[in-house]
Amino acid sequence: MDSPARRHDNTRLPMTSSPVPARTPLLSAHHLAFSRNDEPVFGPLDFGVGRGETLLVEGDNGSGKTTLLRVLAGMLPATTGEIFIDAAAATRDSRNGRMLWLGHRGGLNESLSARENLAFLAGLYGTRDGMTTASAMEYVGIAGWIDEPLRTLSAGQKKRVGLARLLLLAGDIWLLDEPYANLDRHGIDLVNTLIAGHCAHGGAALVTSHGAVRFADPNARHIRLSV
Amino acid sequence: MTHDPATLIPATRLDTLASVRGEIRPGAWRACVALLRRDFLLAWRRRGELFLPLLYAVIVTALFPFALGPDPQLLGRIAGGVLLVIVVLAMLPALESMFRSDLDDGTLEQWLLAPQPLALLVLTRVIAHWLTTALPLLIVMPFLGALLNLPVNVLPVLMLALLLATPLLALLGAVLSALAAGTRRSGILLALMLLPLAVPVVIFAAGAIAAAQAGMSYLAPLVWLAAALALAIVLAPLACAAALRIAVEA
Repeated sequence: MDSPARRHDNTRLPMTSSPVPARTPLLSAHHLAFSRNDEPVFGPLDFGVGRGETLLVEGDNGSGKTTLLRVLAGMLPATTGEIFIDAAAATRDSRNGRMLWLGHRGGLNESLSARENLAFLAGLYGTRDGMTTASAMEYVGIAGWIDEPLRTLSAGQKKRVGLARLLLLAGDIWLLDEPYANLDRHGIDLVNTLIAGHCAHGGAALVTSHGAVRFADPNARHIRLSV
Repeated sequence: MTHDPATLIPATRLDTLASVRGEIRPGAWRACVALLRRDFLLAWRRRGELFLPLLYAVIVTALFPFALGPDPQLLGRIAGGVLLVIVVLAMLPALESMFRSDLDDGTLEQWLLAPQPLALLVLTRVIAHWLTTALPLLIVMPFLGALLNLPVNVLPVLMLALLLATPLLALLGAVLSALAAGTRRSGILLALMLLPLAVPVVIFAAGAIAAAQAGMSYLAPLVWLAAALALAIVLAPLACAAALRIAVEA
C-alpha cells in the first residue's frame, strides 16, 4: 500500500536526541499510520514525547500534519499502529481530559464573549489550579476584551482566546495545530512562551508548523512529514 | 510580552497532574450545568429566532378560522389535531441547527475530547433545545386552543400529549440532525427523514386527543407515548453521540 514514491523520508525517529533522560514517554506512537481510501496519508511513524518535551511536526501543506494530530487525539481512528499514554494503550477514557486540542477551528462560539466561552469549557475540562478566566486572559494580553462577543474580535485576538483556553484548562498533552497562524510577532513569542512554560511544569506539546515560523526551543525534537 | 515561563503557569498542579487528575476532572453534573448555562445564554442572544416558531404557530392558528369559516362546532372538532400538527411543523426548522454551529466552529471537537460522557452532553443539549423551542409553544397552547374553540376538557389531554410528544420529537430530531450535521443545507433532508418517525408520534398523540373528545379513556395512547419517550431518552443520546463522532471524523 505504501509505494516508494510516497514513502516518508523520516519515519524512524532516533530516540536519543531527547534532552530528558529516557523514561516512559507521556505520549508515544508505535508504527502509527493512517490511510484515507487506501491512500496513505502518513506513517508508519514511531515517536515518543516525554514530560517536558515538545515535538515539532513539520511538513508542507497536505502532508498529513493535522491528520496526525487528529489521530493522536482520537478524532480519527488509526489505520495501523498503536498510541500509548503513560505506556498504556490509549483509550477514550485515558485520553480525554488530558489532551487539549487547538485546531484551525477555534472551538469558540462567536456570539459569546471570551469569559462565557472559557467558563463553559472550564466546566467540561476543569481548570488548572490557581488559574482563572481573567488571569488566563491577562496572560495572553487581551484582558480588556474579555466581555466582548468574539465576533467583534480580530482573527489574532480570537487565536489568543484559544491560547488562554490552553492556559486555563487542565490537561498535560497539548496538541496544537498551526498555533502560529494569524499571530503577530508578539503572538508568536507568546505561543513559544506558553509552550515553554507548559513543558517546564511537566507537560508535553505536539506542535505542527509548515516551517515558515522559527520555533524557539532549539532542543525540540522534529518529525518531518512529506507529501 | 516578556513573560517568564516559570512564573507564567502555576506549578502547583501540572507537575502533579497525574496524581490529582481524578480530582480536577469536573463532575458530569457540573459539565451539564455549564452546557445548559451556555445554551440558554446563546438562546437569549438569539431570542429573535426563538420567537419565529411561536409566531408561526400563532399565525397558522389564526388563519384556520378564516380558511374554514367561523363554525365553532367544526373548529372545536379539528382543533386538537390542527394544533398537534402545527407544533410538529413549528419544531422542524430549529432541529437542523441543533449541532450545526457547534460542528462548524469546532466546539464539537472540544466536546469529544472532554472527560465527559458525550451522550450525556447530547442529552443536555436536547433538553436545552426543548426548553427553548418547544416549551414556549406549550405555554401558548391554551391561548391557541381558545382561538380554535378547543373544548375545555380536551385541553389538559392535548397539553399532556404534547408534553410527551415534543421531547420525543426533539430526541428523534437530534439523532437525524447529528446524522445530517456534516451535509450542507440538510433542512429538506431532515424533514423527509423525520416524517416517517414523526407519524407514529402524531398518531398516538392524536389518538389520545380523539379519545378525550369522544369522552373515552385516553390513557392507553399517552402511556405508549411515555414508553416511547423513556426508550428515546436512553437510546437517542447514544445514537446521537455515535453520529457526532462520525461527523467530526469527516
